[in-house]
Amino acid sequence: MSGLFAGFYSILSWIGSIVDPFCGPVGVFTWFAPGTLLACGDTGWGDDIAYGFVVTASLAIATLPVGLLIGFFIALGKQSEERTVRTAANIYTTIFRGLPELLTLFIVYYGLQILVQQLLASLGYEGPVEINAFFAGMIALGVVFSAYCSEVLLSAFKAIPHGQYEAGDALGLHRGRTMRLIILPQLVRIALPGLGNLWMALLKDTALVSVVGLTDILRQTGIAARVTKQAFEFYGVACVLFLILAMISSIVFSYLERRTKRAEMGR
Amino acid sequence: MSVVATMIPPQAPPPVPPKPYTLSRFVGSVALGIWLALGVGIFLTVVGGWDPEKFARYGPRFLNGLGVTLMLVGLSIVMGAILSLPIAFARMSKNRFLSWFAYGYVYFFRGTPLLAQLFLIYYGLGSFRPQLEAVGLWWFFRDAWNCAIFAFTLNTAAYQAEILRGAIESVPRGQREGADALGLPQRVAFWKIILPQAMIVALRPYGNEIILMIKGSAIVAIVTVFDLMGETRYAFSRTFDFQMYIWAAILYLIMVEILRNIWSLLEARLTRHLKR
Repeated sequence: MSGLFAGFYSILSWIGSIVDPFCGPVGVFTWFAPGTLLACGDTGWGDDIAYGFVVTASLAIATLPVGLLIGFFIALGKQSEERTVRTAANIYTTIFRGLPELLTLFIVYYGLQILVQQLLASLGYEGPVEINAFFAGMIALGVVFSAYCSEVLLSAFKAIPHGQYEAGDALGLHRGRTMRLIILPQLVRIALPGLGNLWMALLKDTALVSVVGLTDILRQTGIAARVTKQAFEFYGVACVLFLILAMISSIVFSYLERRTKRAEMGR
Repeated sequence: MSVVATMIPPQAPPPVPPKPYTLSRFVGSVALGIWLALGVGIFLTVVGGWDPEKFARYGPRFLNGLGVTLMLVGLSIVMGAILSLPIAFARMSKNRFLSWFAYGYVYFFRGTPLLAQLFLIYYGLGSFRPQLEAVGLWWFFRDAWNCAIFAFTLNTAAYQAEILRGAIESVPRGQREGADALGLPQRVAFWKIILPQAMIVALRPYGNEIILMIKGSAIVAIVTVFDLMGETRYAFSRTFDFQMYIWAAILYLIMVEILRNIWSLLEARLTRHLKR
């Protein structure tokens, strides 16, 4: 069974190495940068930077669902009829929109470390504990993203007329089904531009995780810059890679917006 | 025919039906309870771990760092505002080269992380030391503080240019035509008619930009500027006391909240003629 998985994994990585846009057979660095500092393999930094690119992109993609889910529930809480729920949700957004992202990251990274250490110490394990930087970054960025996301979703919720809920009631739909079948599709359409902006901010915030040692674009280019003493070139490459990420996501978002606007065409 | 001879005596109102204990009420009390417990816990750790010696040693440094942060943000916002004017006009100009240049500038600074821009300027320009020395600019880029101000100014200028452009373009065409009809020169029309109306639209985004800059300024700690975050990291690396981060968090929250409240007062005051 494990052999099957290993075979599957090697096939996957083989496919990945073929379509790799940086160091694959048709990669940018393979074609345009052999013999330079950006070459792939042991002679250059191309493959390390490509790895950083993958880490950055996957951190942002892994954070997105966490942030969206928490943000959705915070937005629901903000329009609850119960005052305690509203207050609790408002405290959440006030705190996490007011703190610098870097400080949130440090608090999560070191705070979790201390917390886990104390927990394990009470269980009888004495030893160094290290929190995964990817995990800490995911939590910190997800929390910040969710605070902003809840505001975007809240204003989108307010843009949906009350009659939509009543129509759901009139059709005899359960509250959950009203939300899923009637409200959510409209919510996505209204909130998409705002969420697009938040996604761009999230992409840029991932650079902060390099400070706690995650091997993302900025970390890898920083190491390369320190070793080769060619800081301007490598940080320039980092900026270009971030710009590429921004461009790809703006293309994706304009496609999504066009797709969600299809329903409005007939009117 | 019957006549009511006796009135029904007044009766007590029916009892208020008891509020059902719903799920959301439960969730609300639990959530508030968690916040309360966190607040009390933080308070207790601060009180329990209170060390006058630490306070005497790091308190002034924290205040100093706060000053550095405020100065950094203030300077870069003001200089960015000045720089954003030509960029916004270039972006709106009919000259294709100018508008593309401004678009590229804005796209670059809005599309890349501030941290990467700061590294590009602080470490990147450091590799051009001979050239910079030849031009006589090396003294400026040698210092992390100058580099931070430079990077932040360029960055916020891009954002402010977009805010300004959006606000100016949001002023209806009729206003400009009205000014033309009154025979006002272009310059007077811009300063007295277009800009005041644009500023009201731009007020809220400007406030957000200042808050973003306060939060973003924390990253200068990475390039060895001792702002509030830098002092916090210094204190933490000396004492390994997690309270330092809590202090910094409280200071940042106070700063942002004060600014937010000032801004909403300002907005209420400036838009009072628009209220009905």
